[in-house]
Amino acid sequence: MKSDSAVVRDALGVGVAVGLSGFAFGVTAAGAGLDVLQICALSLLVFTGASQFALVGALAAGGNPFTAAAGAFFLGTRNAFYGLRLSQLLAVRRAVRPFAAHWVIDETTAVALAQPTRRAARVGFTVTGLTLYVLWNLTTLLGALGAEAIGDTNAWGLDAAGPAVFLALLAPMLRTTTERVVAGIAVVLGLGLLPVLPAGVPVLVAALAAPAVLWWQGRTIGNKRKGVGR
Amino acid sequence: MNVWIAIGVTASACYLVKLAGLLVPAGALERPLVQRLAALLPVALLAALTAQQTFSAGDALVLDARAAGLAAAAIALVLRAPFLVVVAAAVAVTAGVRALGG
Repeated sequence: MKSDSAVVRDALGVGVAVGLSGFAFGVTAAGAGLDVLQICALSLLVFTGASQFALVGALAAGGNPFTAAAGAFFLGTRNAFYGLRLSQLLAVRRAVRPFAAHWVIDETTAVALAQPTRRAARVGFTVTGLTLYVLWNLTTLLGALGAEAIGDTNAWGLDAAGPAVFLALLAPMLRTTTERVVAGIAVVLGLGLLPVLPAGVPVLVAALAAPAVLWWQGRTIGNKRKGVGR
Repeated sequence: MNVWIAIGVTASACYLVKLAGLLVPAGALERPLVQRLAALLPVALLAALTAQQTFSAGDALVLDARAAGLAAAAIALVLRAPFLVVVAAAVAVTAGVRALGG
């Protein structure tokens, strides 16, 4: 059986590694023109990294607040499916759920799902959640303050941090041809529509690559069953 | 003000969607098609965002130092580097290329 201290070590490792990228978020958001209070409010209240990067990117590009928020929201919908797995795994009490919910993100789910027992999963979820929340918010503040001190953030290459974070999250998802096709279509739509649609909208259109590919797959399989497959 | 609206909407929406996962009965989201869509939606969004934030300036498409940075990140990912190293590689290479006048 895995000891509590081993679980805590795993959780702290993940927490420290990802929490530190909060610094990159603070700097990126400052570069996008948000003030320190706004940047810290995002990390405290939204607390799901990809959505935060997407939101400040959309705002920097001049998107209106609702299209910007819509992109961030769609990225955050995956957390609902994490919550579904976690509520069975952790058996969270009803009264605790509204508090546990805030920590339902990529990393806490990954650590909790990797544990062999319910007890270890609970320890893993709690320690990862706490470590990440504290570090993510502290480093966000440092990044936001640091950005003002270091001046031109682009000269330091910090505008590449956002896309690198997205790529690092995306890479492990590209397991089969389906995922790669979806990603390819989304890239073409996202870039192709950028010059012609209002800021923030091309990303939402690109998201349609997911249902489109699923629909096409379903139709192809359906046709094969009927014996009219191409 | 617009920024605060965006923050408020994003924070509430992202929190509610997290809470929904913990509250809804297990059967509701377990249909295969819903699961497949949930897995593919982030793929499409992350791919589009990666491309846009690398190759755009405002509403124009551009090729600049960020492309070199992203290539460095991709190489780091292929080499199974940790998350922080991937991001650091992108930042360092982008800064380096800019310093050289790229």
